[in-house]
Parts: sequence; structure tokens; C-alpha cells
Amino acid sequence: MAAILLIEDDPLVRRGLQLALSRHGHDVRTACTGEEGLRELQTAPPDLVVLDLMLPGIDGFEVCRRVRAASEVPVIMLTARADDFDVVGGLEAGADDYVIKPAQPTVLDARIRAVLRRAIATPDGVRVHRDLRIDTEALTVSLHGEPVTLTPTELRLLLTLSRAPRRVFSRQQLLEEVWEHDYLGDSRLVDNCVQRLRAKIEANPAFPEYVQTVRGFGYRFGPV
Amino acid sequence: MLVAFVLVTVLGAAAAAWSSARSASTALVTITQQRLTQDIAGQIAAAAPELTYPPDQDSLDGLRAAVGANTLVTYQNLQSVDGTSTDLVTGALRAAVRAQSRLVTQRITASGQPWLLVGTPIMITEPDGERTPSGIDVYCVRDLADVQQQIDSITWSAVVTAALALPLAMLLALLAAGSVLRPVRKLRDTARRLAAGDLDARSPPRGADELAELTVTINEMAESVQTSMAAMRRMQAEARRFAADVSHELRTPLSTLTAVTEVLATATDGMEADARESAQMAVTETYRLVRLVEDLIEVSRFDAGTAQLRLEDVDVADAVRDCLRARGWVERVDLVTQPEIQLRLDRRRLDVIVANLVGNALRHGEPPVRAHAWADREQVWIEVTDNGPGLPQDVLPHVFDRFYKADTARTRTPGSGLGLAIALENARLHGGDLTAANACGGGARFMLRLPWKPEDA
Repeated sequence: MAAILLIEDDPLVRRGLQLALSRHGHDVRTACTGEEGLRELQTAPPDLVVLDLMLPGIDGFEVCRRVRAASEVPVIMLTARADDFDVVGGLEAGADDYVIKPAQPTVLDARIRAVLRRAIATPDGVRVHRDLRIDTEALTVSLHGEPVTLTPTELRLLLTLSRAPRRVFSRQQLLEEVWEHDYLGDSRLVDNCVQRLRAKIEANPAFPEYVQTVRGFGYRFGPV
Repeated sequence: MLVAFVLVTVLGAAAAAWSSARSASTALVTITQQRLTQDIAGQIAAAAPELTYPPDQDSLDGLRAAVGANTLVTYQNLQSVDGTSTDLVTGALRAAVRAQSRLVTQRITASGQPWLLVGTPIMITEPDGERTPSGIDVYCVRDLADVQQQIDSITWSAVVTAALALPLAMLLALLAAGSVLRPVRKLRDTARRLAAGDLDARSPPRGADELAELTVTINEMAESVQTSMAAMRRMQAEARRFAADVSHELRTPLSTLTAVTEVLATATDGMEADARESAQMAVTETYRLVRLVEDLIEVSRFDAGTAQLRLEDVDVADAVRDCLRARGWVERVDLVTQPEIQLRLDRRRLDVIVANLVGNALRHGEPPVRAHAWADREQVWIEVTDNGPGLPQDVLPHVFDRFYKADTARTRTPGSGLGLAIALENARLHGGDLTAANACGGGARFMLRLPWKPEDA
């Protein structure tokens, strides 16, 4: 069970999703505008935000950016099917995952649970790679001794890659392991998350040391 | 066309020259012949009354001398000859004179020269007016060499005239051809451009002849076709936009329906049987509606040209296998693939195509359903076949039409009626193609063709 903030402007869709997600065992609070959602976020921080991109007032992309600026709470966005503009915009704004509308509550619930599971990786002690220190039990990361705040998705991506340094993971493998998506998962999720992770841990994200690209295959950790 | 024009002119000039030379020489020959014949007839008529009858050698000689040189006069066994040319008198002429009992002429060529032979019997006029042949025949031979020379000079002058006139004629022909053919050619080019789809093509009418009228008519026709086409395109675009708008509008209520029907479906335990069945139907139909709307939106995206490829390096065999596995079809489909076909394509769109083809084969065909993937130098092929009755010939051309359903009784299939249309659009988006046919041994066969590089398509 998770505390979920649902930001959706259409009253019936909002109520319908609230009913359905509640039935899946979640505690669902709702907001009908971005502004109201951001206020809610501060008064009672949820475990996860479900965000409709089409909102009156400040739109979903802007809401997502402000959520990201303020906290590491996971965001799942609701988007029109494969609408590239929406998906790309949402991912760049920092969303962790997206679900296509009309969203099936079962699918949405599965995504919610997968995102929340990302914070609970198998602990195997502390990994130190040069200046980067990954504590797999406390689930903290520090660079040059300074703590780095990662979203659950970024953390799980880093944990997955650093578990086997030098091993190449394809985007599909990462989608299955980190996002728990099926074989048709959207590889842009991986690329976007890698970019955000690099921005946080790499000295020069254009020439990454820790999360390296293997052209035509995927990503690998190191060699450091 | 121009060549024909010039050819006709040249031939015309040559024919005119030839025929005028020809008619002039014929007239000359005829006149000369008439003159010679009249002379001979006149001389004979003048000498004949002095003839004694039956004639002796002297009177024959007298007659011959009166007629002139190169003359032969015969009577039974007697003959009077002058000049060597009389040898030219032919048997045919003699026979003709005897048989017809009148003046006969013949033209012959001997030792390279033309000659005129004239033969005539001398007639005796009885007191009762009846004329009978006297048995005296006169034959004259006259040289036509002079006439021939005149004819030659006429022919020569005709040839010279023609040769001088010909360039002028050709020039005139070219000018005439140009002024007639150029507008025709322009009109033809305009018609071609119109046929090729350039509805802006027009040719300006010039002058006031039939050609100008035709040009105006063609311009009017093009104008009206253009107007109709524009109206049709506008209506089509409006219809498509309407379909897209409706689909998008449907998405919001469907979001609510999808959410709440699932709640309903999980709460059927305590329900009455009819309520439970109703809830179940609501769930099923909502999913159907969702799929239909999604397909409509997908189609409208193709129509609007906003569908985009998300290219990734994909192992085709793996992709097809994943598609089957995700839908629980692995056991029901014979999959034969060539290993290591690495292609840049849109995974989701390939999945849509393969799922559609295999789904159709499983639903409408008979097992075994086969999926076969292979590659050659230019492209990658994925073939899906089934062992059913195949597609009826009248259905075959329509299988990719939107909402086309072969069997009206089978309207309750789970598909939206857009599946194959979307599959085809997806294939084309990759620069490939999708075709339907019947396999040799019966059964439907769908072939997906994808080029190695979509951008090359």
C-alpha cells in the first residue's frame, strides 16, 4: 500500500482512478490542478505522484519539473498513446515512467509497485568505485564524500549497473530489471534516466566515467 | 510529325514535276504523231487518183515517190522500196493494216531510236459508194529522234525547276508545320501534365481557330477538375480530422469507464447472476471500445502524417519470438527464422504487425500456423501462413481496407476492423510493404517486406 497523489483535472476520471487504485490497496489523495497538486505535495508528501499531462493552468510538464526540483518522489505520468511529444517532454521533465491513457488500473498499479520496489534493492554492502560510494544497505550514494540525492529509479539503475562492473546491459535488460517492463518497454526511459544520473554523479556528463555508453548495445558501469 | 510534313512536301513537288514533264512529253508525241500521219494521209490522197488499176511497178514507184522517203508500197508480189529504214516495218503492222483495212500507226524503238510506223491500205470507192481495199498498201517509217530530244529537254528542265523549288518548298513546309504543330505540341504537354496530376497546368489559347477552342475547353476542364479535387481533399481532410477529434474526445470518458469497470469486475462475488453477467459484459465491451479508439487514433495519426518511427537495432527473430511469447502463442505457431537478422526498426510497430498477422491466422485460419523470417541482400521478409481455406478471391483486394469484414456474420470478432490497415501503414512507414495472397496449397499467406535501411525507401 502506498500514499498516492493523483493530479487529474477531469472529475470523473479522477474519481474513477481513485476508486480503482483504492481497491488495489492504495491511499489515494487527489488534486484537480497542478497548483493544488504542488501544495498537496508539501503539506503531505506522498510515496508517489500520478500526473496527467493535460492540465489547465500550469501543465503536467511544468508540474513534473517543479516536483523534481523539490523532491525525489517518483512520478508516473498519464499520456496519450505513444504521443512522442508527450512522452519525450514528460521524461525530460523527470518522470520515472508513463502509462498510456485510458489507463487500466491493473497496469497502473503494476507500474506503481515496480517504481516503489526500486528503493528496495538486495543489499550487499558498500561498493566504492574511485570517488563514488554506493551503500546498498542504507541506499545512499556519495560522491567525494558528499551525499548525492537520487530518485528511486536512478538509484536502482545505478545499483543494477554497478552490481556487475564492465558488464554490458542492453536497454531491454535494464527496462526489465529496473522498470519491470515487458519486452516492448520504451528504451527512452533508460536513456533519459541515464542522462539524469550522469548529471548527478559524473564530473563531465559529456565524457562519463561511471555510466558509459556502449554504442549499439547499451550501457555498462566503468571500467573505473 | 515534322518529318512527315517535310516528306509530304518533297514528294508533292517531285510528283508535280514528274507529272508535268510526263504530260508535256505525251502531248508532244501525240501532236507529232498526228502531224506525220496527216501528212502521209494527205500525200497518199493526192497521189491515189492517178493510180492505174491494177497497178504496175511504175505506178507503185510513182505513189512511193509522192509519199516521200522511207516508204514502202506493196501490191500482191510487187513492191516499191525507198530507204533502208523500211526494214523496220513489222509483220504485226502489216497484219493489222490488212485486217482492219484502215490507217494504223505503231511506235517502236530500234537501234536506240524511237520510230513511228504508219501503214494504210489504198481503198477503192465503188460507184455505189462502197469502199473496198485495193490490195495496195503503203508503209512509211518516220524518225522520232527530234521529238525524243525535245522530250528530254522538257524532262531536264522539269528536274531543274523541281530542284530549285524544293528547298523553298521545304522551308515553307517547316514554317507551316511549326505554326500548326507548336500549339498542338503545347496542348499535348499540358494534357500530359494534367494526367500526371499537375492540375495547375494550362496552355494559353492563341488565335481563333479550332485549336484555340480546344485549348480553351481543356483549360476549362482542368479548372473544373481542380476545383472538384480541392473540394474532395478538403472534405476528406475534414472527415479525417473529425474522426481524430472524436477519438480524442472519447478518450476521457473511456478513462473513467476503464477505471470503474475494473472495480465492478472485482466486485462481482456478491452479485446476482444477471448483475454479474452485466458487469462482465461492461468490462469486455469497454476494453473493445478502448482498442477501437486506440486504433482510430493510430489511423488518424497515419492520415495526418504524424506517425513517427522509433528506430532501434532489433534482432528480427527475437522480436517475432517475443511477440508470440507475450501473447501465449508460442505453442500454436511454427516459427522458422534465420538467425542474426539485425535490423533497424520500430519494435512496437513490428510487434503490431506480427501480432495482427498471427492473430488473424489463428482466428480465421486452420493450424498449423507458420511464421517464417528470412533476409536476402535487399530486404527482410516475414511470412505468416495458415492452413485454412484461404481468402476468397473477392475479399483479397479488400483485406487492407478499413473496417472491411469478409463475413458479415462475423462482426463480433475481437478486432477493431482496422488491424490490417494499421499493419500495412506500419509496414509502409518502414519503407516496406505488406501483401496478402493465397498459398499454393490453400491457406492465407501474408508477406511483410522490410528494407534494410528504412531511409533508403
